[in-house]
Amino acid sequence: MMSPTAETATAHAPTAGEYINHHLGHLTNIHQGFIVDFKVINYDTVFWSILMGVIGLLVLWMGTRRATSGVPGRFQGAIEAVVEMVDDQAKSIIHGDRSFIAPLALTVFVWVFLMNCLDFLPVDLFAWILGHLGFGEMHFRIVPTADLNGPLGMALGVLAVVLYYNVKIKGIGGWIHELFAAPFGIWLAPFNFLLNLIEYAARTVSLGMRLFGNMYAGELLFLLIALLGAMATPFGIVGHVIAGSIWAIFHILIVLLQAFIFMMLTLVYIGQAHESH
Amino acid sequence: MTDVSFVALACGLIIGLGAIGACLGIAIMGGKYLEASARQPELMNTLQTKMFLLAGLIDAAFLIGVGIAMLFVFGKPFTS
Repeated sequence: MMSPTAETATAHAPTAGEYINHHLGHLTNIHQGFIVDFKVINYDTVFWSILMGVIGLLVLWMGTRRATSGVPGRFQGAIEAVVEMVDDQAKSIIHGDRSFIAPLALTVFVWVFLMNCLDFLPVDLFAWILGHLGFGEMHFRIVPTADLNGPLGMALGVLAVVLYYNVKIKGIGGWIHELFAAPFGIWLAPFNFLLNLIEYAARTVSLGMRLFGNMYAGELLFLLIALLGAMATPFGIVGHVIAGSIWAIFHILIVLLQAFIFMMLTLVYIGQAHESH
Repeated sequence: MTDVSFVALACGLIIGLGAIGACLGIAIMGGKYLEASARQPELMNTLQTKMFLLAGLIDAAFLIGVGIAMLFVFGKPFTS
Protein backbone atom coordinates (compact mmCIF):
# COMPACT_ATOMS: atom_id res chain seq x y z
CA MET A 1 0.00 0.00 0.00
CA MET A 2 1.26 3.44 -0.80
CA SER A 3 1.08 6.34 1.59
CA PRO A 4 -1.41 9.12 0.71
CA THR A 5 1.36 11.55 -0.20
CA ALA A 6 2.96 9.11 -2.58
CA GLU A 7 -0.44 8.42 -4.06
CA THR A 8 -1.11 12.07 -4.75
CA ALA A 9 2.38 12.51 -6.14
CA THR A 10 1.85 9.71 -8.65
CA ALA A 11 -1.85 10.22 -9.27
CA HIS A 12 -1.62 9.06 -12.88
CA ALA A 13 0.37 5.89 -12.11
CA PRO A 14 -1.50 2.76 -10.98
CA THR A 15 -1.10 1.46 -7.44
CA ALA A 16 0.47 -1.93 -6.78
CA GLY A 17 -2.89 -3.66 -6.51
CA GLU A 18 -4.22 -2.04 -9.69
CA TYR A 19 -1.04 -2.94 -11.56
CA ILE A 20 -1.26 -6.62 -10.62
CA ASN A 21 -5.00 -6.80 -11.20
CA HIS A 22 -4.55 -5.26 -14.62
CA HIS A 23 -1.90 -7.81 -15.52
CA LEU A 24 -4.00 -10.71 -14.26
CA GLY A 25 -7.04 -9.86 -16.34
CA HIS A 26 -7.85 -11.79 -19.48
CA LEU A 27 -8.89 -10.63 -22.91
CA THR A 28 -12.30 -12.21 -22.70
CA ASN A 29 -15.69 -11.94 -24.37
CA ILE A 30 -17.93 -11.51 -21.33
CA HIS A 31 -17.35 -10.95 -17.63
CA GLN A 32 -17.19 -14.22 -15.74
CA GLY A 33 -20.18 -14.38 -13.41
CA PHE A 34 -19.83 -17.85 -11.89
CA ILE A 35 -16.99 -20.16 -10.88
CA VAL A 36 -17.85 -22.47 -13.79
CA ASP A 37 -19.07 -20.55 -16.82
CA PHE A 38 -18.67 -22.19 -20.20
CA LYS A 39 -19.76 -19.10 -22.10
CA VAL A 40 -16.52 -17.30 -21.24
CA ILE A 41 -13.80 -17.52 -23.88
CA ASN A 42 -10.37 -16.14 -23.06
CA TYR A 43 -9.15 -15.09 -26.50
CA ASP A 44 -5.56 -14.55 -25.33
CA THR A 45 -5.26 -18.07 -23.93
CA VAL A 46 -6.77 -19.61 -27.06
CA PHE A 47 -4.58 -17.57 -29.40
CA TRP A 48 -1.27 -18.17 -27.64
CA SER A 49 -1.83 -21.86 -26.99
CA ILE A 50 -2.71 -22.49 -30.64
CA LEU A 51 0.24 -20.38 -31.78
CA MET A 52 2.64 -22.35 -29.56
CA GLY A 53 1.19 -25.63 -30.81
CA VAL A 54 1.73 -24.55 -34.41
CA ILE A 55 5.29 -23.40 -33.65
CA GLY A 56 6.07 -26.72 -31.96
CA LEU A 57 4.70 -28.63 -34.95
CA LEU A 58 6.71 -26.48 -37.38
CA VAL A 59 9.95 -26.99 -35.45
CA LEU A 60 9.50 -30.76 -35.30
CA TRP A 61 8.44 -30.85 -38.96
CA MET A 62 11.55 -28.91 -39.95
CA GLY A 63 13.56 -31.40 -37.91
CA THR A 64 12.22 -34.29 -39.97
CA ARG A 65 12.71 -32.42 -43.28
CA ARG A 66 16.32 -31.67 -42.57
CA ALA A 67 17.18 -35.01 -41.01
CA THR A 68 20.17 -36.77 -42.51
CA SER A 69 21.53 -40.23 -41.88
CA GLY A 70 25.01 -38.76 -41.98
CA VAL A 71 26.60 -36.61 -39.30
CA PRO A 72 23.71 -34.82 -37.57
CA GLY A 73 23.86 -31.11 -36.83
CA ARG A 74 23.02 -29.55 -33.49
CA PHE A 75 19.36 -28.98 -34.37
CA GLN A 76 18.84 -32.58 -35.40
CA GLY A 77 20.74 -33.77 -32.34
CA ALA A 78 18.55 -31.79 -29.99
CA ILE A 79 15.34 -33.04 -31.57
CA GLU A 80 16.61 -36.61 -31.58
CA ALA A 81 17.50 -36.32 -27.89
CA VAL A 82 13.99 -35.12 -27.00
CA VAL A 83 12.27 -37.76 -29.12
CA GLU A 84 14.49 -40.50 -27.71
CA MET A 85 13.92 -39.35 -24.13
CA VAL A 86 10.14 -39.37 -24.56
CA ASP A 87 10.22 -42.72 -26.33
CA ASP A 88 12.33 -44.25 -23.55
CA GLN A 89 9.87 -43.06 -20.91
CA ALA A 90 6.93 -44.37 -22.94
CA LYS A 91 8.68 -47.70 -23.40
CA SER A 92 9.28 -48.11 -19.67
CA ILE A 93 5.69 -47.26 -18.71
CA ILE A 94 3.42 -48.52 -21.50
CA HIS A 95 3.49 -52.22 -22.31
CA GLY A 96 1.81 -52.71 -25.62
CA ASP A 97 1.14 -50.69 -28.75
CA ARG A 98 2.83 -47.29 -28.48
CA SER A 99 2.35 -46.04 -32.02
CA PHE A 100 -0.12 -43.38 -30.86
CA ILE A 101 0.89 -42.88 -27.23
CA ALA A 102 4.58 -42.02 -27.70
CA PRO A 103 3.86 -39.24 -30.26
CA LEU A 104 1.07 -38.02 -27.97
CA ALA A 105 3.52 -37.75 -25.09
CA LEU A 106 6.01 -35.92 -27.33
CA THR A 107 3.31 -33.48 -28.40
CA VAL A 108 2.27 -32.87 -24.81
CA PHE A 109 5.86 -32.30 -23.74
CA VAL A 110 6.78 -29.89 -26.53
CA TRP A 111 3.49 -28.02 -26.33
CA VAL A 112 3.49 -27.54 -22.57
CA PHE A 113 7.17 -26.60 -22.66
CA LEU A 114 6.62 -23.92 -25.30
CA MET A 115 3.57 -22.52 -23.51
CA ASN A 116 5.47 -22.38 -20.23
CA CYS A 117 8.39 -20.69 -22.01
CA LEU A 118 6.16 -17.69 -22.73
CA ASP A 119 6.71 -16.88 -19.05
CA PHE A 120 10.22 -15.70 -19.93
CA LEU A 121 8.94 -12.84 -22.05
CA PRO A 122 8.95 -9.62 -20.00
CA VAL A 123 5.68 -9.23 -18.11
CA ASP A 124 5.22 -5.65 -19.27
CA LEU A 125 6.16 -6.17 -22.92
CA PHE A 126 2.69 -6.73 -24.29
CA ALA A 127 1.07 -4.18 -22.00
CA TRP A 128 3.63 -1.69 -23.32
CA ILE A 129 3.04 -2.61 -26.97
CA LEU A 130 -0.75 -2.47 -26.53
CA GLY A 131 -0.42 0.82 -24.69
CA HIS A 132 1.48 2.30 -27.62
CA LEU A 133 -1.09 0.96 -30.05
CA GLY A 134 -3.83 2.71 -28.07
CA PHE A 135 -5.32 -0.28 -26.22
CA GLY A 136 -3.97 0.66 -22.80
CA GLU A 137 -7.09 -0.49 -20.96
CA MET A 138 -7.15 -3.91 -22.62
CA HIS A 139 -6.33 -6.93 -20.47
CA PHE A 140 -3.91 -9.33 -22.09
CA ARG A 141 -2.08 -12.33 -20.65
CA ILE A 142 0.29 -14.35 -22.74
CA VAL A 143 0.99 -17.49 -20.67
CA PRO A 144 -1.79 -19.97 -21.51
CA THR A 145 -0.77 -22.41 -18.76
CA ALA A 146 -1.12 -19.68 -16.12
CA ASP A 147 -4.81 -19.50 -16.96
CA LEU A 148 -6.67 -22.24 -15.09
CA ASN A 149 -8.85 -22.95 -18.13
CA GLY A 150 -5.85 -23.99 -20.24
CA PRO A 151 -4.33 -26.71 -18.01
CA LEU A 152 -7.73 -28.00 -16.91
CA GLY A 153 -8.75 -28.31 -20.55
CA MET A 154 -5.62 -30.31 -21.28
CA ALA A 155 -6.25 -32.48 -18.20
CA LEU A 156 -9.78 -33.17 -19.50
CA GLY A 157 -8.20 -34.17 -22.82
CA VAL A 158 -5.93 -36.60 -20.98
CA LEU A 159 -8.97 -37.98 -19.12
CA ALA A 160 -10.72 -38.57 -22.45
CA VAL A 161 -7.67 -40.45 -23.80
CA VAL A 162 -7.45 -42.52 -20.60
CA LEU A 163 -11.15 -43.47 -20.82
CA TYR A 164 -10.71 -44.36 -24.49
CA TYR A 165 -7.79 -46.66 -23.71
CA ASN A 166 -9.64 -48.21 -20.78
CA VAL A 167 -12.46 -49.20 -23.13
CA LYS A 168 -10.10 -50.20 -25.93
CA ILE A 169 -7.84 -52.45 -23.84
CA LYS A 170 -10.35 -54.01 -21.47
CA GLY A 171 -13.52 -53.79 -23.53
CA ILE A 172 -16.58 -51.92 -22.30
CA GLY A 173 -17.64 -54.85 -20.10
CA GLY A 174 -14.22 -55.36 -18.59
CA TRP A 175 -13.88 -51.68 -17.80
CA ILE A 176 -17.29 -51.47 -16.11
CA HIS A 177 -16.45 -54.60 -14.17
CA GLU A 178 -13.23 -52.97 -13.02
CA LEU A 179 -15.07 -49.79 -12.04
CA PHE A 180 -17.27 -51.80 -9.68
CA ALA A 181 -14.97 -54.63 -8.61
CA ALA A 182 -11.56 -52.99 -8.06
CA PRO A 183 -9.97 -52.67 -5.56
CA PHE A 184 -12.11 -54.36 -2.86
CA GLY A 185 -13.92 -57.08 -4.77
CA ILE A 186 -17.43 -57.24 -6.22
CA TRP A 187 -19.21 -57.41 -2.83
CA LEU A 188 -18.28 -53.82 -2.03
CA ALA A 189 -19.37 -52.52 -5.44
CA PRO A 190 -20.82 -49.11 -4.35
CA PHE A 191 -17.65 -48.23 -2.44
CA ASN A 192 -15.46 -49.32 -5.30
CA PHE A 193 -17.44 -47.28 -7.78
CA LEU A 194 -17.32 -44.20 -5.55
CA LEU A 195 -13.58 -44.64 -4.98
CA ASN A 196 -12.91 -44.98 -8.70
CA LEU A 197 -14.98 -41.91 -9.52
CA ILE A 198 -13.12 -39.89 -6.90
CA GLU A 199 -9.81 -41.18 -8.24
CA TYR A 200 -10.59 -40.13 -11.81
CA ALA A 201 -11.78 -36.70 -10.68
CA ALA A 202 -8.84 -36.12 -8.34
CA ARG A 203 -6.33 -37.16 -10.99
CA THR A 204 -7.77 -34.84 -13.59
CA VAL A 205 -8.09 -31.85 -11.27
CA SER A 206 -4.64 -32.29 -9.74
CA LEU A 207 -3.03 -32.75 -13.16
CA GLY A 208 -4.43 -29.43 -14.30
CA MET A 209 -4.06 -27.59 -11.01
CA ARG A 210 -0.41 -28.61 -10.64
CA LEU A 211 0.63 -27.01 -13.90
CA PHE A 212 -1.59 -23.98 -13.29
CA GLY A 213 -0.34 -23.47 -9.72
CA ASN A 214 3.31 -23.56 -10.75
CA MET A 215 2.91 -21.22 -13.69
CA TYR A 216 0.54 -18.81 -11.92
CA ALA A 217 2.81 -18.53 -8.89
CA GLY A 218 5.79 -18.02 -11.20
CA GLU A 219 4.06 -15.31 -13.19
CA LEU A 220 2.93 -13.54 -10.02
CA LEU A 221 6.48 -13.58 -8.72
CA PHE A 222 7.64 -11.94 -11.94
CA LEU A 223 4.96 -9.28 -11.44
CA LEU A 224 5.98 -8.70 -7.81
CA ILE A 225 9.63 -8.48 -8.85
CA ALA A 226 8.70 -5.92 -11.49
CA LEU A 227 6.87 -3.94 -8.81
CA LEU A 228 9.86 -4.13 -6.49
CA GLY A 229 12.13 -2.90 -9.23
CA ALA A 230 9.87 0.01 -10.04
CA MET A 231 9.25 1.14 -6.47
CA ALA A 232 11.93 0.09 -4.04
CA THR A 233 15.32 0.14 -5.76
CA PRO A 234 17.60 2.82 -7.25
CA PHE A 235 16.88 4.00 -10.81
CA GLY A 236 13.71 1.92 -10.75
CA ILE A 237 15.44 -0.99 -12.46
CA VAL A 238 18.39 -2.38 -10.45
CA GLY A 239 16.38 -4.68 -8.20
CA HIS A 240 14.23 -5.78 -11.12
CA VAL A 241 17.21 -6.86 -13.21
CA ILE A 242 18.97 -8.73 -10.39
CA ALA A 243 15.97 -10.45 -8.81
CA GLY A 244 14.30 -11.00 -12.18
CA SER A 245 17.36 -12.74 -13.64
CA ILE A 246 17.70 -15.00 -10.60
CA TRP A 247 14.05 -15.98 -10.70
CA ALA A 248 14.12 -16.45 -14.49
CA ILE A 249 17.08 -18.81 -14.23
CA PHE A 250 15.36 -20.78 -11.48
CA HIS A 251 12.17 -20.72 -13.52
CA ILE A 252 13.86 -22.53 -16.41
CA LEU A 253 14.06 -25.56 -14.12
CA ILE A 254 10.38 -25.29 -13.15
CA VAL A 255 9.27 -24.84 -16.77
CA LEU A 256 11.13 -27.94 -17.93
CA LEU A 257 10.15 -29.95 -14.87
CA GLN A 258 6.46 -29.16 -15.17
CA ALA A 259 6.40 -30.04 -18.87
CA PHE A 260 8.19 -33.29 -18.05
CA ILE A 261 5.84 -34.08 -15.17
CA PHE A 262 2.74 -33.37 -17.25
CA MET A 263 4.07 -35.73 -19.94
CA MET A 264 5.06 -38.42 -17.42
CA LEU A 265 1.71 -38.33 -15.65
CA THR A 266 -0.11 -38.54 -18.97
CA LEU A 267 1.94 -41.66 -19.70
CA VAL A 268 1.40 -43.09 -16.20
CA TYR A 269 -2.37 -42.61 -16.39
CA ILE A 270 -2.54 -44.18 -19.86
CA GLY A 271 -0.28 -46.96 -18.57
CA GLN A 272 -2.71 -47.64 -15.74
CA ALA A 273 -5.47 -47.97 -18.31
CA HIS A 274 -3.41 -50.79 -19.85
CA GLU A 275 -3.21 -52.79 -16.64
CA SER A 276 -6.12 -54.99 -15.71
CA HIS A 277 -6.98 -55.95 -12.17
CA MET B 1 -10.34 -7.37 12.52
CA THR B 2 -11.68 -6.93 9.02
CA ASP B 3 -12.39 -9.58 6.43
CA VAL B 4 -9.34 -8.58 4.45
CA SER B 5 -7.02 -9.19 7.37
CA PHE B 6 -8.49 -12.66 7.83
CA VAL B 7 -7.83 -13.37 4.16
CA ALA B 8 -4.22 -12.27 4.63
CA LEU B 9 -3.82 -14.51 7.69
CA ALA B 10 -5.39 -17.44 5.88
CA CYS B 11 -3.04 -17.02 2.91
CA GLY B 12 -0.06 -16.92 5.26
CA LEU B 13 -1.21 -20.17 6.84
CA ILE B 14 -1.85 -21.83 3.47
CA ILE B 15 1.59 -20.99 2.15
CA GLY B 16 3.49 -21.50 5.41
CA LEU B 17 2.04 -24.85 6.44
CA GLY B 18 2.20 -26.10 2.85
CA ALA B 19 5.86 -25.08 2.65
CA ILE B 20 6.68 -27.08 5.80
CA GLY B 21 5.21 -30.22 4.30
CA ALA B 22 6.76 -29.75 0.88
CA CYS B 23 10.22 -29.01 2.31
CA LEU B 24 10.16 -32.05 4.60
CA GLY B 25 9.04 -34.22 1.69
CA ILE B 26 11.71 -32.93 -0.69
CA ALA B 27 14.37 -33.21 2.01
CA ILE B 28 13.55 -36.82 2.87
CA MET B 29 13.33 -37.85 -0.77
CA GLY B 30 16.52 -36.03 -1.78
CA GLY B 31 18.42 -37.57 1.12
CA LYS B 32 17.21 -41.04 0.24
CA TYR B 33 18.10 -40.46 -3.41
CA LEU B 34 21.66 -39.45 -2.51
CA GLU B 35 22.00 -42.44 -0.20
CA ALA B 36 20.67 -44.82 -2.80
CA SER B 37 22.91 -43.48 -5.58
CA ALA B 38 25.93 -43.66 -3.28
CA ARG B 39 25.18 -47.32 -2.71
CA GLN B 40 24.43 -48.15 -6.34
CA PRO B 41 25.82 -45.48 -8.68
CA GLU B 42 24.76 -47.45 -11.76
CA LEU B 43 21.10 -46.83 -10.87
CA MET B 44 21.57 -43.06 -10.73
CA ASN B 45 20.02 -42.22 -14.09
CA THR B 46 16.88 -44.30 -13.66
CA LEU B 47 16.43 -42.98 -10.14
CA GLN B 48 16.97 -39.40 -11.24
CA THR B 49 13.98 -39.44 -13.59
CA LYS B 50 11.79 -40.88 -10.88
CA MET B 51 13.14 -38.38 -8.37
CA PHE B 52 12.23 -35.43 -10.56
CA LEU B 53 8.78 -36.86 -11.16
CA LEU B 54 8.24 -37.30 -7.43
CA ALA B 55 9.66 -33.86 -6.70
CA GLY B 56 6.96 -32.43 -8.94
CA LEU B 57 4.32 -34.52 -7.21
CA ILE B 58 5.49 -33.45 -3.75
CA ASP B 59 5.60 -29.83 -4.81
CA ALA B 60 2.18 -30.04 -6.41
CA ALA B 61 -0.02 -29.73 -3.33
CA PHE B 62 2.09 -26.86 -2.03
CA LEU B 63 2.08 -25.00 -5.30
CA ILE B 64 -1.64 -25.50 -5.74
CA GLY B 65 -1.95 -23.93 -2.30
CA VAL B 66 0.28 -21.04 -3.34
CA GLY B 67 -1.76 -20.53 -6.49
CA ILE B 68 -5.03 -20.49 -4.53
CA ALA B 69 -3.57 -18.17 -1.88
CA MET B 70 -2.38 -15.78 -4.60
CA LEU B 71 -5.85 -15.92 -6.14
CA PHE B 72 -7.33 -14.96 -2.76
CA VAL B 73 -4.88 -12.10 -2.34
CA PHE B 74 -4.95 -10.55 -5.80
CA GLY B 75 -8.16 -11.90 -7.33
CA LYS B 76 -10.13 -10.68 -4.28
CA PRO B 77 -13.06 -13.11 -4.46
CA PHE B 78 -14.16 -12.27 -0.89
CA THR B 79 -14.49 -8.53 -1.25
CA SER B 80 -17.58 -7.42 -3.08
